[in-house]
Order: sequence, then C-alpha cells, then structure tokens
Amino acid sequence: MNLKEYAVREKNFYSGHRSCAGCGMPIVARTVLSVASDYNVVVSNATGCMEVTTTIYPESSWGVPWIHNTFENAAATISGVESAYKALKRKGKIKKPYKFIAFGGDGGTYDIGLQSLSGALERGHDFLYVCYDNEGYMNTGGQRSSATPYGASTTTSPSGRVHKGKEQWKKDLARISAAHHIPYVAQASIANWADFIKKVKKGLETEGPSVLVVLSPCILLWHLKPDQVRDVSQLAIDTCFWPLYEIVDGKYILNYDPGKRKKPIEEFMKPQGRYKHLFKPKKNKEIIKRVQDKIDADWQTLKRQADFDKQNS
Amino acid sequence: MTKKNSKSKTEFVKPSFAKHYETTKPLSGAYAVSEAMRQIDPDVVAAYPITPQTPIVERFSQFVADGKVKTEFVPVESEHSAMSAVVGASAAGARAMTATSSVGLALMFEVVNAASGMRLPIVMPVVNRALSSPINIHCDHSDTMACRDAGWIQLYSENPQEAYEHTILAIRLAEHKDIQLPVMIAQDGFITSHAVENVSLLKDKVVRKFIGKRKPIHSLLLSKKPVTFGALELPDYFFETKRQQQYAMEMALKHYDNIAKELSELTGNNYPMFEQYRLGDAEAALIALNSSAGTIKKVVDEMRKEGKKVGLLKIRLFRPFNYSQVSTLLRKIPNIGVLDRSYSFGANPPVYSEILSALPSSKSNVFSFVYGLGGRELYESQIRETFEKLLKGKIKKGINHIGLRE
Repeated sequence: MNLKEYAVREKNFYSGHRSCAGCGMPIVARTVLSVASDYNVVVSNATGCMEVTTTIYPESSWGVPWIHNTFENAAATISGVESAYKALKRKGKIKKPYKFIAFGGDGGTYDIGLQSLSGALERGHDFLYVCYDNEGYMNTGGQRSSATPYGASTTTSPSGRVHKGKEQWKKDLARISAAHHIPYVAQASIANWADFIKKVKKGLETEGPSVLVVLSPCILLWHLKPDQVRDVSQLAIDTCFWPLYEIVDGKYILNYDPGKRKKPIEEFMKPQGRYKHLFKPKKNKEIIKRVQDKIDADWQTLKRQADFDKQNS
Repeated sequence: MTKKNSKSKTEFVKPSFAKHYETTKPLSGAYAVSEAMRQIDPDVVAAYPITPQTPIVERFSQFVADGKVKTEFVPVESEHSAMSAVVGASAAGARAMTATSSVGLALMFEVVNAASGMRLPIVMPVVNRALSSPINIHCDHSDTMACRDAGWIQLYSENPQEAYEHTILAIRLAEHKDIQLPVMIAQDGFITSHAVENVSLLKDKVVRKFIGKRKPIHSLLLSKKPVTFGALELPDYFFETKRQQQYAMEMALKHYDNIAKELSELTGNNYPMFEQYRLGDAEAALIALNSSAGTIKKVVDEMRKEGKKVGLLKIRLFRPFNYSQVSTLLRKIPNIGVLDRSYSFGANPPVYSEILSALPSSKSNVFSFVYGLGGRELYESQIRETFEKLLKGKIKKGINHIGLRE
C-alpha cells in the first residue's frame, strides 16, 4: 500500500476525539486501524490518553468493537476476547474471521501492564499488541515511566540542583517481548508511515502474538510545538535513539541504517523542553556523553545482531 | 464402593425428582462446583490456582483435557488477569467463568468492579479464606465481605450440595435480561471445599435446559454494529449509569424467587433468600451464613429436644439484601445473635450491620458475635453456650466473640 492508497482508506477511527493538537497517539491509532480495515477486528485499550480522549460517553471515535477494561489489563482482556472467539467459532455461533488488537501507552505496557502482557504473550494468543510509547505517564500529567529516557525531566524525575532529570535507562520492551519467543516484534515510528504500515500488516498476518512498539511524541511532556512532532520523530530514527527494526522468529532485521548520516543525540534532545536543563544555563556534557555512548553501544549491538542473523538465515 | 454394595444411584433425592438426577456421589465442595461448571460448559474459563480454590481449577482443567467440555480454558498468570480475561470474554458475548479465594479475590478487586459496571453476567465460585496479613489459608469471610459493595450478587452455601446448585442457579440470575449482573457463589474454605459429602448431581441435559443459551444484549463479537465497552463517563452521565446498576440489583431481588422456583421444580430443594430453621416460635435465634448454619441446625435440634425454643436464620442471598423480608421473619423473636466470620474494622460487622438496618424499631435484642477468623473452629458446645446466653438475654452490647482468647 502506498500513501495515496492509504489516504483514501477507511480508517475506522474518527475525528472529534479530544487529544492534543500534534499528539502522536491518534496517528498511531489511525494508522493501525486503517491497515486493520481489511479485517474484522476487536480492539482492547488500556486506560490512558488514547482511551480517555476517544470514548467520552456518549461519543466514541471507534468504528470497530472496542473495550476498555482497566489500566493494566489490555492484553489479558484481549486474550479473553480472543478465547471467546475461538470458543464461539468452535460452537458454530460465529462464522466471520476476526483479528485482535490491544493498545496501551508506555505506562500501561512497560510498567503496570507488563505482567498482563507477558502472560498473554506466553500463552500464545493470536493478537497484535501496539504500544504507543510517549515516554511518560501523560494521562496523569507527565510523570516518569520506565520508558522515560535517561536525562529527561518529568514531574517525578525533575531536574533540580542535585538531580538532573531521570537517572535510569529506558527499559527495552521490544527485547523483553522477543524473550517470550513470540513470532513477531518490531519498533516503528510515526515518521515513517510506509515502514509502520508494513509492520502493522505483518503483525496482523502473523499467527500468534505480535508486539509493535511505536515511538509517539507527546507535545506536553516533550515540550514540542505540534508541527515539531514529525521532525523530532525523524530525529529519533536518525540519531539511532529509536532504531527501526524487527525481530521475526527471534531473528533481528534492521529496517533502516542511517550509516554515515547518523546524527548526534544532541540534535534529538535540543528541540525538546524535557532536556532543556542539559543545555541551559550551560551544557551538561557529561550526561549528554553518557547518553550518546549508550546509544552508540546499543546501536552497534543491534547491527551486529542483525548482521549475524542475516548471515545465518 | 463396589457396584454390588452401592446404593441406588439417586436414593438420596426425593423420589418424585429422581428422574432429573444422574447420580449421587461423594464430592468435596470444590469438586461439586467443578461438576456444575462441567455441566454448564462455559465458553471461556480463565482461572489461577489459590488455596483452597485450587481443586476447582484443577478438576476443571482435567475436564478440558478429557474433552468433557468445549470450553476455551485460559491458564492466566494471576487472578487480576483471570478476571480481566473473563471480562473480555463476557463482553465478547461468551459465557465466562472463573473461581478464586481470599487474596486472589483481593487482587482482582479492581476488575471485579469493572465487571459489574459493564453489566457482564460472569459467574464466579469463591472459596472463602482469610485475607492477609497475617497470611492464613483457612476459612473466614473477610474476602467476599470486602466485595459486598462491588455490584455482584452474592449467594452463600451451607454445604457442597448447595454450592453445586447455587452455581447453576447463578447462571440464570446473572443472565436474566433485567439483571445482567455478575454473581459470586461463596462456600467455606476447607470446611466445605475440601470436606467430602454425598452430592446429588442433576443430569447434564437437565442443567443445560435450565440454563439455556446466553443471549447477550450487546457484545463485541455478536452485535451487528460495533459497540464501545468501558467508555469514559464524566459527571454528566456517570451517576445515571450507577443508578442503573442499583436498579439491576432491585430487579435481582424481584426475579430471584421465580428463578429459584424453577430450579426447585427440578431439584426438589428450596432456595429461599433466608432459610428459616425452627424459627417460628423461637425465643432465641442465631443468624449465620455458609457452613456454620449446618452446625447450628444440629444444636437447634438437640436443644429443641430439651424444650428450648431456639432457631436459625440462614442467609443465602446476601447481595441484594431483602431487608423487609428479614424484618418480617425476625420481628417476633426476642433475642437474636448475629454471627459474623469477619470484621468491619472499627464498625459493626457486615451481617450484623444489615440485620440492625432491617430491624430499626424492633423490640428484639440484636447481639453481635464475631467468630471463626482464620479457620478457628466453631464447636457445637460454643453454639449451645451462645444460645443459652441469648435465652437469658444477658449479653453485652457491642461486639462479642466466640472462641477467642482475650
């Protein structure tokens, strides 16, 4: 599917929702549901920005069957829906084929919902889990999560006289998911629609669990203007802060290598207010270097893994 | 038991109802419930083991493994996910069940409320066990009592036979079009769940005809138009939605007797909201739920032989609670003792509190007794002693305790 075809497709995700102008999340929802409009789907949604902004009773943005249960159980809930489908199909009560999608933010996925996700992945339910990762608890106004990157200032990891933002590394959800030996895991970005669409399609077509982690900038937490969201998403890719890759049956596939055009992490950090304290009043070279070194090391590891898997496939 | 020595398969049931029964066999309360689940053959069961509920999920897993049910069994990683998965399954249009105990129920508490809020007719046997801390695997009612305001219908069972029949009854209550509420069926941990008694099982086809098929009003998979479940409701709508839940409980109270009567016509047993045991002319009565009711009945019989006018009111349906009925039944009894197997710390214990509410201007003396926490035994001698005290009317106000060292 090219972008022209994509533009005219049924989205099943309708306007009128209350998300902020420039928010990455509705782009994620619309892209996933647009690809999913080839199928009958049921969506489960963790508590979070996506859920609260799209289903303010008596309105709903969702043109597909949709359920929000609680915060930490989108995966367990969809596993129940998928099990119901299997049972009802076996008993002849339902004829149509269905696909199942669960959405959660990084809070509902990396943190409070990790157990529920892990259980559903291990049990092997046939569903696609999409995490829109905005790197913080945004439904409660911008606290740190385990997806918040090193050095970022949030309301619960603020920059002050002693501490300079978050002092822990971001958890690696893609690898945690892959460690469940599931058939398909990928990282995607809203800055690369073609890649994103391809991955949604693959996730939906894969039999068994698949996990798609999409970096989804938040204008409030990241302190961006709405028109900066796409560019910052692109910088996340070009600095290798957010590499685009897939793990198919345990094999790593790199989808994009900036090569010599790989940009320094400063370029990703600088436009974002959450890193402001690292640049003003004076540049905190130590923290920026620590982040750069980690990104470089992780990028080399990922490349080596992908090269190895390519040679041995 | 060899075939030669075995009694007729259904000799334990009333002869005119024998045709509805398959067999009578020794079963624990947990196994009796798993037999009910086998006969119900739910579309989805998601469950997590916890003492003393474990035998329910184990035996049901065996039914799945042996192909005796067509259920999709989801072996979840926690009770929280058990309730989450059955909420998903029930919203999808399936008949869904789980079972739990104690801290398992506490862990799923958040989703227990979501289930009733979404008006999902989930049925859940609960084997009563104390809540931590201190950790204790034995019986008391602190788990289900902590859920009494969670919007679930609650049925309490005296013995394995009742636990079995209540589970079947619960499906009809939950799925009634005017009710659409989840139901929990309580039985006492170990005392009922692990003690083996003769249980008479209905024929599978009798159970299946009684429960019928689930006809969801809205569902994720069976509705023609897409439905949004679990939306956000702000102050402009939330209150009305909750009012409907309260109305559904009122409907449960309204329809309960009719549904129970239908089951009675098959089993020959009765399921009154409150069972009266030699209560009519009683001068002293105890009020209890679950297995203690059985022990009390034995003491009542003995004391009656001695000419002492004692009786029992057994509560079966605790949510919704029929205040006017309990008031009518207790109005003329001078001294009433209410047994609670849990505290409501700093306030009147749960059952006592309801009885006081039902008898606001009564001449009866109503006394509170807390007993049996963490599996502490309740002996016949203690019940007798309590009756004697009640007959004399010499009991202190406030919470009294049975079997407590202090």
